[in-house]
Amino acid sequence: MDAIGVLMTCPMFAYLEQELEKRFKLYRFWDFPSQRQFFKSHSGSIRAVVGNTKLGADSALIDALPRLEIVASYSVGLDKIDLGKYEEKGIRVTNTPEVLTDDVADIAIALMLGVLRKFCGCDAFVRGGKWKGGDFGFTTKFSGKSIGIVGLGRIGSAIAKRAEAFNCPISYYSRSEKPHVHYKYYPNPVALARHCRILVVACALTEETRHIIGREVMDALGPEGVLINVGRGAHVDEPALISALLEGRLGGAGLDVFENEPEVAEELLRMDNVVLLPHVGSDTVETCEAMADLVVANLEAHFTGKPLLTPVV
Amino acid sequence: MKMRRHDLPQLLVINPPGLFDYGDPFAAKFTVLRAWESPLPLPRFLSAHAQSAPALLCSAATRVTAGLLDLLPSLRIIVTTSAGLNHIDVPECRRRGIAVANAGEVFSDDVADAAVGLALDVLRRVSAADRFVRRGLWAKDGDFALGSKQLVGKRVGIVGLGSIGLQVAKRLEAFGCPVSYNSRTKKPSVSYTFYANVYELAANSDILIICCALTEQTRHMIGKSVLLALGKDGIIINVGRGAIIDEKELVQSLVWGEIRGSGLDVFENEPNVPEELLSLDNVVLSPHVAAFTEESFQDLTELMIANLEAFFSNKPLITPVMDKQ
Repeated sequence: MDAIGVLMTCPMFAYLEQELEKRFKLYRFWDFPSQRQFFKSHSGSIRAVVGNTKLGADSALIDALPRLEIVASYSVGLDKIDLGKYEEKGIRVTNTPEVLTDDVADIAIALMLGVLRKFCGCDAFVRGGKWKGGDFGFTTKFSGKSIGIVGLGRIGSAIAKRAEAFNCPISYYSRSEKPHVHYKYYPNPVALARHCRILVVACALTEETRHIIGREVMDALGPEGVLINVGRGAHVDEPALISALLEGRLGGAGLDVFENEPEVAEELLRMDNVVLLPHVGSDTVETCEAMADLVVANLEAHFTGKPLLTPVV
Repeated sequence: MKMRRHDLPQLLVINPPGLFDYGDPFAAKFTVLRAWESPLPLPRFLSAHAQSAPALLCSAATRVTAGLLDLLPSLRIIVTTSAGLNHIDVPECRRRGIAVANAGEVFSDDVADAAVGLALDVLRRVSAADRFVRRGLWAKDGDFALGSKQLVGKRVGIVGLGSIGLQVAKRLEAFGCPVSYNSRTKKPSVSYTFYANVYELAANSDILIICCALTEQTRHMIGKSVLLALGKDGIIINVGRGAIIDEKELVQSLVWGEIRGSGLDVFENEPNVPEELLSLDNVVLSPHVAAFTEESFQDLTELMIANLEAFFSNKPLITPVMDKQ
């Protein structure tokens, strides 16, 4: 399989690069000074693309690679992939579901605990020598707080399971009500926000869910409410979020994703009622390796004529 | 019938309030004797004002010794705002027929939440990543370096399976962590694996969580050999008391990479924290606040009043201190 050309769109994980290099001829897109030059020289050699949420495989890329057979995304999210076009051209697509569910659910809980119990603030307080000057003061209890989940898929369900162990009542909003689920269903995000203290976004990013959390939802969540986002930055109207926080119409926020990563608004960087993470929901050594193994396994399966492990298209 | 002020039972408070406020809720039901506000030395104050005081409300800062009890001939009940009882000579109280009530399980959920929060923060480097973003490094230097470890599947070892330890176990089970423990006695009602000593527990754990009380037996229970048994991939979380861990050995093992990291809410000499810890990225430090939420202190106020009211109506105390089993 040495001769099979695989194009990686951007740096993702050294281990993934190593494993791909052992099996294929790996082209690193970012190593080529000119994209046009790259396509001119190599487009005919590329039979597979490995993309991620930063740089997927869009229409332009598909058009430039006449021998493209498969796109293996190093992500579960498919928002950077033009699925319709792939189907049209008979190109296969795989992603990395399941392996990162636990890690993303854990980060959601960590963000909730972080915003309410202020671990980051406590840590800075001690490191800054302020404890000698007096007590830190009270924080807000997490156990028992009502949690509303937007999107009760794999990640949303894993979040619910963890939160239940803290005696948190769970409710949710989803495209449709789920039978056999004992959590309370609300037919829209505003109704959900009105009835919970902590609202967590765990759904996929699609045309319908873009800016699903806007001013109305935040006002419904209220001055003691907390918004947690482990979905995509584009789920939340970020300027509206910043005003809501600045004006005290929303109590706090825990964010792993932003509309324009890696840019994070100045105003957020100065707030003490937020926790800000650099999109690390699935960034553990174990999960990154598992995701990389899945990408490699899908490519190997395709090129040896075996069924794909985690096909999307 | 509204009780007139001088009919309200006397409630003695010796030390000034810390975060717990002996304010309105108590003043409405008791005549509060505030010893710390008097210019008189304590024995003189007690002799002049507290000879008929039947009740004492104290925090862990008030040492209740035989000597103090000698100065309070009418004392019948002590309510303390802490769960721990190191500050009260309980056998001496028993001898004198003085009832004692503590904070019971009022703090257990919050302390358990703090233990889980610290464990998540250490493994997933939450505080470190938040600092990274706030310093503008994400935009400037690129992705936060990979180094975080997964929580799912990590073996949790709980030292002390009391009220707090049980709540920690319940929470971490939901994250997919197998739980084992060491306690003074094996608990037949739980299905977690029991280890007879802390060394064995540490050797079989990835995350060691200290939830026990500080006693003569548990002082410096976590020393060099236990830390080495925990190993270079292990982390230790302390929401008990600082002195349960030999702090010098802990600092050394963190600095030398003999353990992976640590989340600490308590220290041997608060509010002093070892200098070396302040510059480590693999530790999360907290100023003894695991129990301090608005809600738990609200619950604590209600509990203290409920215990006192029960006592004065000759009803059973809500959270009486039981003799050790």
